[in-house]
Amino acid sequence: MIAAATAFLVVALLVSVLAAISLGSAVIPFSATARFLWAALTGGTISVEEVTQYQIVWQVRTPRVVLAAVVGAGLSAVGVAVQAMVRNALADPFILGVSSGASVGAVSVTVFGGLAGFGVYAVSVGAFAGALVASALVYLAARSANGVTPLRLVLTGVALAFGFEALMSVIVYFAPDSEATSTVLYWTMGSFGAATWGSLPVVTAVVVLAVVALRWTARGLDVLSFGDESAASLGVDADRLRGRLFVITAVATGAMVATSGAIGFVGLVVPHLVRIVVGAGHARVLVIAPLFGAVFVVWVDLVSRVVVAPRELPLGVITALVGVPVFITLMRRRGYLFGGR
Amino acid sequence: MTVELEVDGLSVELAGRAIVERVSLRAGTGTVVGLVGPNGSGKSTVLRCVYRALRPRAGVVRVGGADLGPMSARESARLVAALTQNSSGELDFTVAEVVALGRSPHLRGNSPLSAREVALCDRAMGQVGVAHLAHRSVLSLSGGERQRVLIARALAQEPAVLVLDEPTNHLDVRHQVDLLRLLRNSGLTVLVVLHDLNLAAAACDQLCVLSHGALVASGTPAEVLTEDLLRDVFGVRASVVEHPLDGVPQILYTLTDHVEGEDAR
Repeated sequence: MIAAATAFLVVALLVSVLAAISLGSAVIPFSATARFLWAALTGGTISVEEVTQYQIVWQVRTPRVVLAAVVGAGLSAVGVAVQAMVRNALADPFILGVSSGASVGAVSVTVFGGLAGFGVYAVSVGAFAGALVASALVYLAARSANGVTPLRLVLTGVALAFGFEALMSVIVYFAPDSEATSTVLYWTMGSFGAATWGSLPVVTAVVVLAVVALRWTARGLDVLSFGDESAASLGVDADRLRGRLFVITAVATGAMVATSGAIGFVGLVVPHLVRIVVGAGHARVLVIAPLFGAVFVVWVDLVSRVVVAPRELPLGVITALVGVPVFITLMRRRGYLFGGR
Repeated sequence: MTVELEVDGLSVELAGRAIVERVSLRAGTGTVVGLVGPNGSGKSTVLRCVYRALRPRAGVVRVGGADLGPMSARESARLVAALTQNSSGELDFTVAEVVALGRSPHLRGNSPLSAREVALCDRAMGQVGVAHLAHRSVLSLSGGERQRVLIARALAQEPAVLVLDEPTNHLDVRHQVDLLRLLRNSGLTVLVVLHDLNLAAAACDQLCVLSHGALVASGTPAEVLTEDLLRDVFGVRASVVEHPLDGVPQILYTLTDHVEGEDAR
């Protein structure tokens, strides 16, 4: 059943990616899209009058759609891991202060400059650095003699996120121009609009490695979800596993936030949706959730750029519009019980 | 494989406070040893050292003569299984999935269970009477059913030693008796923390009594459970009588301050 679902989702993902590349404010026929992609991948030729469409397909939409798929997969997988790691149904990839840290990093670079060596990627690098610094601070602040307990981690993350947001507000408030404000908006709302072929490889590699590593730890996550005492009796050093998970999830989330901002809701809801359908076992969830998340976010991004074209709706509006009713319906129908009765 | 469990000179400090001081006890091969004592006497702490949730400041825990201290968590989990308190988790795994997790210390990474291991899990579920629940979500079970599922998981772990922290909590009388009978018949070396002294007397070959982190008595239930000990350690007035059916000592507590005919004492 899982093999069939996996195959179905892989096909759905390929179809979705193709559809999302074809559709948009300028609709390009599927056949032409497929031909352009084929030409781009194999070094084939196209006619002169097709160059504009080719540019749209290959330079603008393809990197954007691929980024949407990568980030959708990454946020979903990381969401699953974070929820198991902190044993909290309300946890998402950003709960550990990553997104607000990234915003501080991005805004700092925008306002104060620096990192000029990275050229057009300076702001992304700043965001990534901010995300990692924030994660490290949360981890160190939550640490005690008994290791890092889940609740301390969540509370510290929430508390420090407020701190980072305050810091960001101060920087924006005293910033001489309005560029800082738009940077903040971009990072807190999230968008795939800035995707380029140049920014794609790093985030893709990080997300793929993270998903594989998390899938490889599936049984450990199963055990961890029963609490540290049980984990010890089943031969899992909960503190060490949590440390490893923290590094994986922080780096992956940091890389995603640096390229596309903090896209909310996906990392919170996709894990639950998938668990409702396939059960709690992480070996299954960590295959289905990334695939489903990728398909979901590709469609969300498509909808966001066609409903009020040529303007774009923020992604969060679409994720909430689609996700909230689906989630509540499924939760009520299946008697979903995360957190007991 | 069933072997002896030995706790030798165990001392534990938490946040600079001594919780357990130089506790030594022994559970012979295949025997059931009960750990009793008032709240806060260090029972759970001793147990946590045995299943490696806690590192003692001093002392060793040996299973079949082998020191657990230098072993990896996985290695010791193949020898010692535990039923801890509040350990049912929050995700809705099926019963069969929970029991299968008992195999995790024996498996590398995500490798699936072998046919033998699946059969082993089925047998474990049968032993505690939860086979019919195999495909139910653990979160939909009653407290007693959940407890039995976790015992099945511990049995599927194929340990030499089984430790349990107040396993009869939240169970009705019948399930309490069933569970303790199961422990007796498991053939494993068992160390169990119990609050109910009458159940402990009926179920255990030996009792160890902890008070303020120190071992104050050990021996057979008849040797340990005296009226003096109940008064001094537990602070209760009680009479100890022989059970009319099987002769084990049973305690009759009294709530009255002044007992008739006791003036002579």
